[in-house]
Amino acid sequence: MTNQQSLLEVEDLKTYYPIKGGILNRTKANVKAVNDVSLEVYEGETLGIVGESGCGKSTLGRTLLGLEKKTGGTIHFRGEDIGDLSEKKLKKYKKDMQMIFQDPFASLNPRQKIGNALEEIFIIHTSLSKSERKERVRKLLTEVGLKEEHYDRFPHEFSGGQRQRIGIARAIALNPSLIVCDEAVSALDVSVQAQIITLLKELQAKYHLTYLFISHDLGVVRHISDRVLVMYLGKTVELGTTEQIYNNALHPYTKALLSSIPRPIPGRKRERIKLQGDLPSASNYPTGCPFHTRCPIATAQCKEVVPEWREMEAGHFVACHEI
Amino acid sequence: MSAEVVLGKKAVAEKKDGFFIQTFKKLLKNKLAVFGLVIISLQIILAIFAPFLVSYGPNEQNLALTNQGVGTEGHILGTDNYGRDMWSRIVYGARISLVVGISTVAIGLVGGITLGLLAGYFKKLDNIIMRFMDLLFAFPGILLAMLIIATLGTSLVNVVIAISIWSIPGFARIVRGSVLSIKKQEYILAMRSIGASNTRILLKHILPNCTAPIIVNATMRMGTAILSTASLSFLGLGAQPPTPEWGAMIAAGQDFMWDAPHIAIIPGVAIMLTIFAFNVVGDGLRDALDPNMDIQA
Repeated sequence: MTNQQSLLEVEDLKTYYPIKGGILNRTKANVKAVNDVSLEVYEGETLGIVGESGCGKSTLGRTLLGLEKKTGGTIHFRGEDIGDLSEKKLKKYKKDMQMIFQDPFASLNPRQKIGNALEEIFIIHTSLSKSERKERVRKLLTEVGLKEEHYDRFPHEFSGGQRQRIGIARAIALNPSLIVCDEAVSALDVSVQAQIITLLKELQAKYHLTYLFISHDLGVVRHISDRVLVMYLGKTVELGTTEQIYNNALHPYTKALLSSIPRPIPGRKRERIKLQGDLPSASNYPTGCPFHTRCPIATAQCKEVVPEWREMEAGHFVACHEI
Repeated sequence: MSAEVVLGKKAVAEKKDGFFIQTFKKLLKNKLAVFGLVIISLQIILAIFAPFLVSYGPNEQNLALTNQGVGTEGHILGTDNYGRDMWSRIVYGARISLVVGISTVAIGLVGGITLGLLAGYFKKLDNIIMRFMDLLFAFPGILLAMLIIATLGTSLVNVVIAISIWSIPGFARIVRGSVLSIKKQEYILAMRSIGASNTRILLKHILPNCTAPIIVNATMRMGTAILSTASLSFLGLGAQPPTPEWGAMIAAGQDFMWDAPHIAIIPGVAIMLTIFAFNVVGDGLRDALDPNMDIQA
């Protein structure tokens, strides 16, 4: 894994949303949606990003694609700093980084035929003629398991799984190298989920795609990911290969998350770690380790000092004082 | 067997129907709206074929035959105090009303949509544009129109300009509201992620999705615009005599309210029917365009 070429390098990335108020409409506080995240994505891998709702995983994905403005930090794509590029220069990179959205019902324009929706990508980024564009769209449709005659249909004529296939077609249209899948299968039925994941894997093998697979579904992430990143309250708490995370979790938060997966073995007792309390508000950020308010093994040190991001074994990082 | 084939065809046809045909079909289920549509269509026919539908010119005087009541031979709706044929004047009046209505709504739409799109999409422009719109809103409509006409002079063209300006804030506010909700949709984010420009997103993705409230409001505004024109002309600020404008006709007829009431009443009924028609069609459209509303057949 380590000898692989890195595609995306993120250092100390921060995305804050200001909370404004008062007579002068000044920034009173910040919601720290992504707080000092550093990570590296290798070419051709699938990096799963897990965490509970509101931990900043979607914001991380969107910030990487330039859909949210970052507050600080750097993003290097293929060695080039893309964090501060203007909208125009960014267009070149946008071709190379695409996104699959969570809600297949909200991510398609209801008034646009899907053929035209897909064609639009080629209008924006290429100078192909109309017939060439149509040809490309037809190819795309068959590639994601739809039929050519679906070209003239509107989004409401499709099922959720079919719509997600359209979303995938939109994402792969320009042969990108990185695709951020933001809860790409969470809104689908389990049987459809499996089909979509199979499709994603096929496309990855065929086009050498790199996925950033954001999900709260630990089972799905285990199935698809090479490496897994665990986030909590805007911070990375643990990163490792799927093997390392699922079989040898170090961070107490990761352990608690994993213990929540239902296991299909009846009668077997297992240790269930229940977290106390709610996720603290990201606007009123805890001092020290963000997890100390709910951590079963927190000490006085955890309340004061932010834990370091340490490599415990090759490729297995964790941010915790007690390990 | 043949019934089945027909049914199958129908199902296919229904699936292929575009947005506007679907809306129109729903609209046809609303009886009041159909009545309104009939009146509007009649008015359009009158306006277009006016010269072929009358036997006298609208300003053709016949002083030997003044103040004739409804049903006089040769003059179905009678004549006015100059012996002009009322039917002919009503028909030509329809022409003026429609032209004024359509042009004010068109100008108001272009201005309102542009400002509304900009205000809704670009946060920085929002306050500047909308506070200016509030300023226009603060004036009572007729007063604002009178102010503009007082500056520009009395004529039908100035009435159109005045009413157009007054229509802009209403459209701008509606469009802005729709833009604010649509721009948060995931498909707009998706368009941004594939690198679409702001202009493309605004014109190809946001605008088509706020057509429903725009259509409804444009229809309603047609009625209001026609009424305002008539009001201004009645007050002597719009069309000047002898122009066969309905409001001006009422003004001219009010002196003969006792001897020949039809001179004022007929244009009044014409105005009333027109506005009623536009309002019921507007209401019907609102119901037909609302996906949550199930219209009883």
